[in-house]
Amino acid sequence: MRHFLIRALKKPFTAVLVAILIGFLVGAVTLAVGGYDPGRGYGLLVTGIFSSTRRTMQVLVNAVPIIMTGLAVSFAVRTGMFNIGADGQFILGQVTGAVIGYYVPLPPILHPIFILLCAFAIGGLYAAFAAFLKNRFGIHEVISTIMLNWIAYYFMNFVVNMKSVKVPGSQHSPEILDTAKITFFSREFRTTAEGEALIARQPWLESLIRTDAGYAILVMIAVTLLLWVVLKYTRIGFELRAVGYNYYAAEFAAMPVKRNALLSMFISGGTAALGGAMLVMSTSYFISMLGATEGYGWDGISVALIAGSHPIGCVFAGLLYSGLKLGGTEIQSRMGAPTEIINIMIGVLVLCIAFAPALPRLAERLERKE
Amino acid sequence: MELDKRATGPDSVFAVEMCGISKSFGSLKALDNVDLSVRKGTIHALLGENGAGKSTLMKILYGLYTKDSGEIRIMGQACDIKNPKQAIAQGIGMVHQHFMLVENMTIAENIVLGKEMTRSLGRLDREKMNRTIREFGEQFGLEVDPEDTIMDVSVATQQRVEILKALYRGADILILDEPTAVLTPQEIDNLIVTMQRLVESGKTVIIITHKLKEIMASSEYCTIIRRGKVIDTVRVDQVTEKDLASMMVGREVMLTTDKKEAEPGQIIMEIQDLTVKDNRGIEKVKDLSLHVRRGEILAIAGVDGNGQTELIEAITGLRKSEKGSIIVNGQHIENGHPADTHRSGIRTIHEDRHKRGLVLDFQVGENLILESYKQNRFRGRSRLLSWKKINDYANKQIDRYDIRPSGCALQRAKELSGGNQQKVIVARTVEQEPDLLVACQPTRGLDVGAIEYVRNALVQQRDQGRAVLLISYELDEVMDIADRINVIYNGRIVADLDPAETDEQAIGLLMAGGSQ
Amino acid sequence: MNLLNTILLTASISLMYSAPLIFTALGGVITQRAGVDNIGLEGMMAFGACGAAILCHFSGSPWIGLVVGALFGATLALLHAFVAVTAKGSQIISGIAINFIGLGLGVFLTRFLFDGAAQSNSTINQNLPKVLELIGIDKSKSRLLESSEIDLTVIFAFLFAVLFWFVLYKTKTGLRVRACGEHPGAADTLGINVTRIRYICTILSGVMAGLGGAVTALTISYRFTPTVISGQGFIALAAVIFGNWKPIGATLACLLFGFAQALTVVMAGIPWLPTQILAMLPYALTLLILVIFVERSTPPKALGQPYFKGQA
Repeated sequence: MRHFLIRALKKPFTAVLVAILIGFLVGAVTLAVGGYDPGRGYGLLVTGIFSSTRRTMQVLVNAVPIIMTGLAVSFAVRTGMFNIGADGQFILGQVTGAVIGYYVPLPPILHPIFILLCAFAIGGLYAAFAAFLKNRFGIHEVISTIMLNWIAYYFMNFVVNMKSVKVPGSQHSPEILDTAKITFFSREFRTTAEGEALIARQPWLESLIRTDAGYAILVMIAVTLLLWVVLKYTRIGFELRAVGYNYYAAEFAAMPVKRNALLSMFISGGTAALGGAMLVMSTSYFISMLGATEGYGWDGISVALIAGSHPIGCVFAGLLYSGLKLGGTEIQSRMGAPTEIINIMIGVLVLCIAFAPALPRLAERLERKE
Repeated sequence: MELDKRATGPDSVFAVEMCGISKSFGSLKALDNVDLSVRKGTIHALLGENGAGKSTLMKILYGLYTKDSGEIRIMGQACDIKNPKQAIAQGIGMVHQHFMLVENMTIAENIVLGKEMTRSLGRLDREKMNRTIREFGEQFGLEVDPEDTIMDVSVATQQRVEILKALYRGADILILDEPTAVLTPQEIDNLIVTMQRLVESGKTVIIITHKLKEIMASSEYCTIIRRGKVIDTVRVDQVTEKDLASMMVGREVMLTTDKKEAEPGQIIMEIQDLTVKDNRGIEKVKDLSLHVRRGEILAIAGVDGNGQTELIEAITGLRKSEKGSIIVNGQHIENGHPADTHRSGIRTIHEDRHKRGLVLDFQVGENLILESYKQNRFRGRSRLLSWKKINDYANKQIDRYDIRPSGCALQRAKELSGGNQQKVIVARTVEQEPDLLVACQPTRGLDVGAIEYVRNALVQQRDQGRAVLLISYELDEVMDIADRINVIYNGRIVADLDPAETDEQAIGLLMAGGSQ
Repeated sequence: MNLLNTILLTASISLMYSAPLIFTALGGVITQRAGVDNIGLEGMMAFGACGAAILCHFSGSPWIGLVVGALFGATLALLHAFVAVTAKGSQIISGIAINFIGLGLGVFLTRFLFDGAAQSNSTINQNLPKVLELIGIDKSKSRLLESSEIDLTVIFAFLFAVLFWFVLYKTKTGLRVRACGEHPGAADTLGINVTRIRYICTILSGVMAGLGGAVTALTISYRFTPTVISGQGFIALAAVIFGNWKPIGATLACLLFGFAQALTVVMAGIPWLPTQILAMLPYALTLLILVIFVERSTPPKALGQPYFKGQA
C-alpha cells in the first residue's frame, strides 16, 4: 500500500486527480453549508450537460475558446515560459476578428482564413514582445504579461469606443460580415421554416443548428493536433521542449535558447489569439465595451494546469471546465444555488494544483522513512 | 612527524575534541572514525584533497550536519550540536566558503542580524552598532566601515565581516573554510596576521585548506585527512611542504588502464594568455597558456577552485574572457557562444551533469540525441522525427555503454543512478567523434566498473587520433590515463609534465602551490 | 474659481482612488520583501470588499465592515502562506487560484445573503467619517470646501505607509524581514525563523489587501458587486514594482495611478485623451520603468523561491 502511494505521488496525474476530487468535495461542502443539497446539485450538473445532445454540443462549443487558451498556456509551459498573458492575447484576437471581419470584405473561406492568420500573427507578436523583454532586460514574463493583459483589455475598449467603430446607441462594434462567420448554420436559419423542417427530418442536426457549432471546433482540433505534432515530432519542438525543461542543458548543447524563447511565446500567443478570433467569428460577432475582462485567458490557465500542460489533455480539461460552467447555470436556475459555486470549485482545484510540486517531495520523505 | 604529546601550560586544554566521528551520505562513507583534537589558542589546519572530508567534519562541528556516531567535547565538556544556533551557543563560529551575506545591506546590518542592538520601539540603534563594530575591528585588526554596503566592498572585506559576525556572537573557536581561495597574496598575508591576533587574544582558529604555503606560514598544527580517514596530526614546524604533500595524496593507486603509447599529432587547440574573471570580478584564470595535440590525452591536474571551472566556461562559450585567445583548428573561439565551440569540433562533458549535462525530465533516448537530433538518420519518411529510429539507436547505445537498467530508452533520466546518468552523457559525447573531447570530472560518483569504462572510452578517443582534454581533481585518474599533465594552480599552468617522469607527490606539491 | 474647484475635485478624487491602492500595495510590499510572491492581491481585495459590504449592511457600522474586510483578506492569505511557505508549492498558481476563490466566494456569499442578487443590497448609507466633517468645518459654506472633502481612510492609508516604512527600515523586525527576502540562508544560519516571518508577512498582506477592498466598497462604490474590484489588485502589484519594493515608493506610485483613474472621471468627454488610454497608464508606465531602470530595479533577491532548510 505504501509503495503504491509513493509511486502514485510521483506521477503528475495524481496531483490533478486529487485536485479534482478535493474541488468537488469543497463544492459539495459549500453547497451544504449554504443550505442546498449537494447530491441534487451534482445531479443537476450532470443533467445540465447530458440531458440532450444540444446541451452536450453546447458544452463543446463553449469549450473551444478555453481549450485554445489552454493550449496556448500549455505550449508555453512545455517550452519553458509561463504565459499568463493568454487573456490579453485572446482579446487582441477578438479585436482582430471584429475589425477585419467587418472592415475588410473578402470572399468567403478566404475571409476567415485571413482573419485567423492575422490574429495568429498579432497575438504571437504581442506575446513574443514579452519574451523579448525577458531576453533583453531580464523582466520576468509573469510580470510583463500581466501588464500587457490590461493594456490589451483597455485597447479593446478604446477600439470599440472609437466613433468610427461604435454602433450608435450600443456599446459594441458592428457585426462582422457574413463571409467571416464560421458556424455551420447561421442563426437566422434556426427560426426559418426550412430550418424547422430540417430538424424535424433529422433530429440529430438540432445540436448543430441550434448551437453555434461551426468550423471553430474543427480548427481547434486541428490546432491541438498540430501543436502536439510540433512538440513531439519536430526538431524544433524537441529544441523548445529541451529549453523548457532545462534551459542550461539546452544552452550547453548549443541550442539557440534566446531565439527559442521568442518562438515559444510567439506560438503560444498566436494560439490564444486564434481562440479570440474564433469566438468572434462563431459566437459573438462583435466586440463590446467591457466592465471587466471575460477571463478566457485565466480559464485557459486553469485548463492548462488541469491538463498538466499536455495538448491533448487540454481538450479534455477544457470540456470538463466548460461542462462545469454550463452545469453550473443549471444549478442556479433550478436550485437557486449561485453559479459561483463552480468558480469556487475551480479555484480550489487550481489551488490544489499549486501543491503539485510538493507531492514528489512528500513521496521522497515517505521513502526515506523506511 | 611525531605528535607533540607533551602537556604544556596554556596549551593543555583542548578547545575542541572530536572522537570517533563517522558520517555517511547514503552509501558514501564521508568520514570514518575520525579523531581530531584542537588545542586552545592555536591555529590548527585541516589539510586534504577535494572530497577528503575536511569540510564535512567541520560542518558537523557547526551543526549543519549531524554525525552518525562519535562524540564532541568543547573545552572538555561533552555536548551535542544539532544546529548552528547550538554551535554558536557553544562559542563556535564558522566562516563558510560561500559567504552568507545580504548584499544590499550594510556591514553593520549583516553583522548584527538576529542579535540586533535596539532602542525603544525596536528601533535599530545604529550608533551603538557602528561603535561596537569599530571597537571589535580595532581589537582584532579587522577594520571595516560599518556603513558600507556589502556589494560595494572587496571580497577580503566581506571575509572580515564574516569573521566579525562570528566574533560578535562571542565565538571563541573560529572555523575558516578555504578562506584564501578568494584572496590576493597581500590579502592572504593580512588574513594570517588577523588569525595570529585572534589567537593572541585567546581564540582558537581551525582553518580548512589545501594550500601548503599558507599552512606553513600560519599554523601550529596540521591534521591531514584523506578519503575520510585521518592520516596524521603533526606540528607544522617539524615537517616540510613535501611531507605534507605526500601525506595528502598518499600512494594508493586505484586502477590502471591498459593503454599503448600515444602518438601525438598536430596541435588542435592552443590557448594563449587567457584571463577570465568569475561572477565576482575576480580573475580566476590568469594568463593561462596551454595546447592540446591530436592523439593525446592532456590532463589538467589541480585542486577545485584554481580556475578550472572558468577555463571550461571560456572554452565552451559560456563566459567572456578579459584577454587572451583560444584557437581551435585555426579558428578563434574565445568570447563566442556554445554553438561556436560546437562548430569548431569540440564536445564537452560538463562536471555538473544535472544542470548542464542532462535534461532530467527527458527520456534517456531524448538525452542521448540532445546534441545530434538534427541528423537525418533520426527522421522518418515524413521528415518528422521518428521515435522508432531514435529509440532503436538509444537502445543500441544503452547496450554498448552498459547503461543500466537495460532497455531504459523510454525512462526519464532522473530515474537513473548517478553513474548511469554519467554514462549517458559519455555515450552521447563520444558518439559524436569530436576532434577535441573535453571531459570534466567524468568519473565523479561512478562505481569501479563505470570508471573503467569511461577511462577506456577516453583512451579509445585518443587512439583514433582525436584529442582529449581531461580536467580532474583525482590524481590517480590523472596518473592513470594522461599522456601529458599540466598542473593548474591559482589560474595558471605551473608545470607541464610527462607522467613517466614524475610521481604523485611531486604533482601534489605543485597542486598545492609548492615548488618543484 | 472654476479651475481651482476642478483642481481640488481632481485631487480629492485621486486620493479617494489611491487609498485602496495604497493599502493593497503596502501589503504587496511586505510580502514580497519577505520573499513570497503574491499575485492574488486582487482576490483578497475582492473578498475583503465583500466582507466589508456585508457586515456593514448587517451591523450598521462601517468600522466593523473595515475590520471584517481585513479579516476576510487575511483568511485567503493564510491559504496562500500555507502553499507558499509550508508546502513550498507554486506561488504563482496559488495566487491565481486565490483570485478565483476570492471573487467566487464573495459573489457566492452575496447571492446567498441577498436573495440571489449578485450585489449587496442598496447603497451603504452608513459612511465612514470624512475629514473636514470631523474637524468641524461647515462645508456648505463654499463649493471649494465641498470639493476638497476626503475620507478618513485616506489619512489612514498615509499613516500606514509611514508605519510600514518605519518598521521596514528602522526597526530590527524590518531588518529580519528584509533579510528573509534577500538571503534566507543568511537569516536562517543566524537563528532567525524564516518560516514564521514569511507566514506573518503573507497574512499581513492579506489584511492590507482586505482593507483595500473594504475601503473600495465603503468609500467608492458603496456596495459590493462582482466588478467592484477589477484590476486594482494588479495595479497595486504594478505600484509595488514601480516603487521598487519600497513602501514610500509604492505609495507615490499609487498616488500617480489614482490620479490617472481620477482623470478618467474628471476628463470624460475630452476627445483627444480617451479614457482607455489613461486607464492603460499604470500598466504601460510600469513596463516602461522596468525597461528604463532595469539596472536599478531591485526586487528582493530570494523573491518567489521557497526556502529549503540546509540551503546554507
